[in-house]
Amino acid sequence: MTGKAAPGQASRRGASGAGAAFLMLAPFLFVFVLFFLAPALQTFIMSLTESSLTRTNAFIGLANYATLMHDPAFWNSLRHTLYFAVLTVMPLAVLGLVMAMLVDHFQRGRSLLQASFFLPFVLPVSVMTLIVDWMLHPAFGLVNHIVGGERAWLADRDWAMPAVALGTIWWTVGFNMLLFLAALRNIPADLYEAATLDGANRLQLFRHITWPALRPTFGMALILQLIASFKIFGQTYILTGGGPFNTTRVTLHYMYETAFVQSDAGYAAAIAMAFVVVVTCLSLSQIGIMNWLGRRGG
Amino acid sequence: MRSTAALPWTLVALTASAALALLWLAPLLWAASTALRPEHETVSAVFHWLPQTWTLDAFAKVFAAGSLPRWLFNSALVALLVTMLTMAVSITAAYAFSQMTFRGKRWLFALSMIAFMLPFESLIVPLFRLMNQLRLIDTYAGIVLPQLVSPVTIYVFKQFFDAVPGDFRDAAVMDGASPWQVLRYVYLPVSGNIVWAMSIVVFIGAWNNFLWPFIVITSSEMMTIPLGLTQTQDAFGVRYAQMMAAALLGGTPVALAYVLFQRRVTEGMLAATGLKG
Repeated sequence: MTGKAAPGQASRRGASGAGAAFLMLAPFLFVFVLFFLAPALQTFIMSLTESSLTRTNAFIGLANYATLMHDPAFWNSLRHTLYFAVLTVMPLAVLGLVMAMLVDHFQRGRSLLQASFFLPFVLPVSVMTLIVDWMLHPAFGLVNHIVGGERAWLADRDWAMPAVALGTIWWTVGFNMLLFLAALRNIPADLYEAATLDGANRLQLFRHITWPALRPTFGMALILQLIASFKIFGQTYILTGGGPFNTTRVTLHYMYETAFVQSDAGYAAAIAMAFVVVVTCLSLSQIGIMNWLGRRGG
Repeated sequence: MRSTAALPWTLVALTASAALALLWLAPLLWAASTALRPEHETVSAVFHWLPQTWTLDAFAKVFAAGSLPRWLFNSALVALLVTMLTMAVSITAAYAFSQMTFRGKRWLFALSMIAFMLPFESLIVPLFRLMNQLRLIDTYAGIVLPQLVSPVTIYVFKQFFDAVPGDFRDAAVMDGASPWQVLRYVYLPVSGNIVWAMSIVVFIGAWNNFLWPFIVITSSEMMTIPLGLTQTQDAFGVRYAQMMAAALLGGTPVALAYVLFQRRVTEGMLAATGLKG
């Protein structure tokens, strides 16, 4: 090939294309295989072994999974994760929707309003935990100043997880708002105008126009949020260290401890596999339920 | 008719918005109010909403203590490297997936998108062992490399490239342009907005990443901001003004990125959900 190729040659991209395509894909394939595909397969293989953080000692088949089935610490960690999800998923979706509708209502000042709701979401988890910790300080915190008393929220068996959940809602609701804002903007304005001319009031507008248009987004937000909530680690690890009495020790925390504190990498890999299965099942079933509801609502 | 019916709703919306916005900003304002006090005022028995003496003392102290500037530097370096490399790796891959023909394209793309579904959290144990074998524990390369796998970015750019009319490409190919030249001179010039949007989103994500640096970093000097800020009690002692000053400083770069590029961030975050391409 010299200088400019003739049109006929150039259009046969397939021939020289494969080499060029491989070159363009090579950097991605390198990081993908080395830092994703291989570790993913290794998690599975490792879960069938008795391993430490540095070496594999023995192949033990499904023994890790058998242990896992009867490990109260694992089931408790799953329960705590589920509890956190229950406390956060629906409130985050509903509050996100409310915020989006408020922002959408205004012409002037909307970007300021949107920024106030969204700003916490862009902060690192440890900035959030530092601020939440200080807000909830038993003696000098703003929360106790307002509600009275000297409750140590994060050291309280009953309050620790709800407190982490509240902090998380403050931190991440802005993302849900963003999803709903985009969906709201896709509703044609003349739908509202026509309905208003027909004498529909605000509640009717919401029931018959806004909600049907937003329902798929609502389902999407619930699924994304469920997955995100199940992946909780940083908030509880930093704020409570899993305490008090392990009441906030979530599944990823248990996996982390098993691998990096007890150096039982094989068992930790089994926990990771179980975690993947649980998260996948939950999101699949939620997608199923949403489709079913969608068909019924027609 | 319409305006009289709308008025009460506007009032309700206005009140609710003001109350919620205040509630949402309160923790940040309270952090600022704390950071701007002398230390003894933060543990005063008498409650004050605002500092009695305004001072930047806490900010000066956390800077002088040494660790924080180092963590800020580490975070900036890591976030910039992750952003630039992720963009380069993902844009070229997305272009190949979108515009080029080669065998196995479909299943390779499907395989890459699985990474979308599988939680990164489930990979950390073998990933740590790998990094250990590669001698990359507690290094910048160790922090950066696994973060370059970003199927979302590839997906967004593939969607975008798919939508660019093929005529320009065909014309360039007729003139003998190589795939690299087509990408550089035809596709990149029309992708400015989406490149910006995704860059900012990737930057914010890399700046905020907690779990992986938490696993791979072992020394205080290599810590990024999200990690370093969990060590504030060791670094500054139980000093609330300094802890809030450190928190605000650690959050400022990403908050600024958001405030300056609000529309791009919104755009990029939405694109990254796969809802809008």
